[in-house]
Amino acid sequence: MSDYLDLLGLPFMQRAILAAVFTGLAAPAIGTYLVQRRMALMGDGIGHVAVTGVAIGLLTGASPTWTAVLVAIAGAIAIEVIRERGHANGDVALALLFYGGLAGGVLITGLANESGGRLNTYLFGSITTISVDDVLAVMVLAAVVVAICVGLAPQLFAVAQDQEFARVAGLNVRFYNLLVAVLAAVSVTVAMRTVGLLLVSALMVVPVATSQQLTRSFRTTLTAAMLLGTLASVGGLLLSAYLSAHARVAPGPTIVLLALAGFALAWPAGVLLRRRRRLRQPFPVVASAAHQTIDVHPHEHGDDCGHVAVPHGDHVDYVHDGHRHAAHGRHYDEH
Amino acid sequence: MTDPTPEPVVELRNGAVAIAGRPILRHIDLTVRSGEFVALMGANGSGKSTLVRALTGLWPLANGSLQLFGTPFGSFHDWRRVGFVPQRGGAASGVPASVWEVVASGRLTHRRLLRPLARADRAAIAEALDVVGLAHRSRESVSALSGGQQQRVLIARALAGDPELFFLDEPTAGVDLPNQQVLADTLATLSSRGATIVLVAHELGPMAPLIDRAVVMRDGRVAYDGPPLASEQVATAHLHEHELHEHGHHHHHAEPERHDHAPHIASPIEGDHR
Ligand SMILES: Nc1ncnc2c1ncn2[C@@H]1O[C@H](COP(=O)(O)OP(=O)(O)OP(=O)(O)O)[C@@H](O)[C@H]1O
Ligand SMILES: [Mg+2]
Repeated sequence: MSDYLDLLGLPFMQRAILAAVFTGLAAPAIGTYLVQRRMALMGDGIGHVAVTGVAIGLLTGASPTWTAVLVAIAGAIAIEVIRERGHANGDVALALLFYGGLAGGVLITGLANESGGRLNTYLFGSITTISVDDVLAVMVLAAVVVAICVGLAPQLFAVAQDQEFARVAGLNVRFYNLLVAVLAAVSVTVAMRTVGLLLVSALMVVPVATSQQLTRSFRTTLTAAMLLGTLASVGGLLLSAYLSAHARVAPGPTIVLLALAGFALAWPAGVLLRRRRRLRQPFPVVASAAHQTIDVHPHEHGDDCGHVAVPHGDHVDYVHDGHRHAAHGRHYDEH
Repeated sequence: MTDPTPEPVVELRNGAVAIAGRPILRHIDLTVRSGEFVALMGANGSGKSTLVRALTGLWPLANGSLQLFGTPFGSFHDWRRVGFVPQRGGAASGVPASVWEVVASGRLTHRRLLRPLARADRAAIAEALDVVGLAHRSRESVSALSGGQQQRVLIARALAGDPELFFLDEPTAGVDLPNQQVLADTLATLSSRGATIVLVAHELGPMAPLIDRAVVMRDGRVAYDGPPLASEQVATAHLHEHELHEHGHHHHHAEPERHDHAPHIASPIEGDHR
């Protein structure tokens, strides 16, 4: 155990934790808007395009992080333009870039005479080899993404919710669409070092999917997704560091699996929660049908009789077996 | 009514809209004056929604000119004066959104970037929710509401912006009669406060007494523009048009009359083929 604490004190580990916190916040923040637009796979498409960006960096000797940012932004804008112009629908545009980006990346890496190993660190992440410069870049870019996603939340929400309404409200819809595309591209390259390009989308989408099992409003979904994303990325990093004493455990996949485990827990919880809420929602008061009584009722309803009690106007209905029973003098009424 | 002819709020001259190169609306001249309550009627596919979308700038004009509040459309930016209820099936999206949040997006025209909601914004949102009778469900997710309730959320969103000019595209489709009555009462109040309303509807229902003027679309052109019509007269409204022009202002007949004077024989293209 003390070995583990020593490990956490090492500079490379502290850099990794910082990177994990920032990606864990930024990726789900922009991911919420992608899911809202029903473009959950956009992060994946951009991730594949960014492979080409990384390869260009390796070929030219420029920093792969920055070439990836530029190429990813170009790819994201291309997806948005293809979608808006309607030549192909969103998922076809994504597919085109998926394959083009990946093929281009592998081809160019070959040209650069780089071994697959170097590209692998970008494909699957290598958060523990992250340099000081890289950590700074991750922190700055992630902070920008989070600031915009939270600060412009009302506008971004309205545009994704109903484009036509947003335009009639005077919002520059095209600008906001491109902004979301660019932010998604930036988050992809931010998360590239943490979970890798192939798993980026998981960190953008899974925390959102998890939080929306339990939430009813956009704001709480966004906040909860950012919280869950941070928990998953820091937790996954620490877990993999802990396990690495026993086996080779890569942080990237651990983070993603931990996020998925969160979803697996939230799902049944959400089903139960929604069921409970729906069950206990007060019945509407309706100037109602005839007075219908029940002949004999073997059971006495009360505060703790075990049946769901739902408010109904000035009294309470007890729900069981598809009936709503309300006490009326000495007998029960069917409501 | 101190001003005998209020100034035009919407002014479309010789408007045309083409979708993918195919002319949909042609030769539309429409002037709506401040305080008017106009019903836009016509068969499915006759171009009502397209006209509303052209008037709100959602479709570009292929031809003609549009002015809103006396300002040419290109330089019009005062969007808080305009409210819009799109023709839509629902208000849900990929992520849960509460009823309150959707209605709150109607206040965007009043908010500056990066500013939190002011007290006036919150009051307007609460009032709009109250009007459509959904105040008690404001914290629920919109996707948990029925279709008609979602439609009422969209109406509340437009109301929250407190606009002077409303475009409502079939706002009462799927809304029950008591709630149509509630909406009609709300529109009556807005109208009496001087708001201008352009309402697309097939069945006017409780709105009928509020209408000042009916415009009937037919195959992308205005077929009738005059005093209100009952829904069953809409299909034959183009026959009344000539009559109106010949006899000046003239109240509509309870029943479309058979008449065979020249004008309607002279325009066989507009004849009845549906
Ligand atoms: N996005 C679109 N692409 C192609 N054609 C369109 C589009 N929107 C409308 N049209 C065409 O424009 C014409 C007018 O449609 P519009 O939606 O304005 O009808 P409407 O009068 O509102 O009908 P409804 O009563 O069904 O709402 C139709 O012939 C329709 O096919
Ligand atoms: Mg329509």
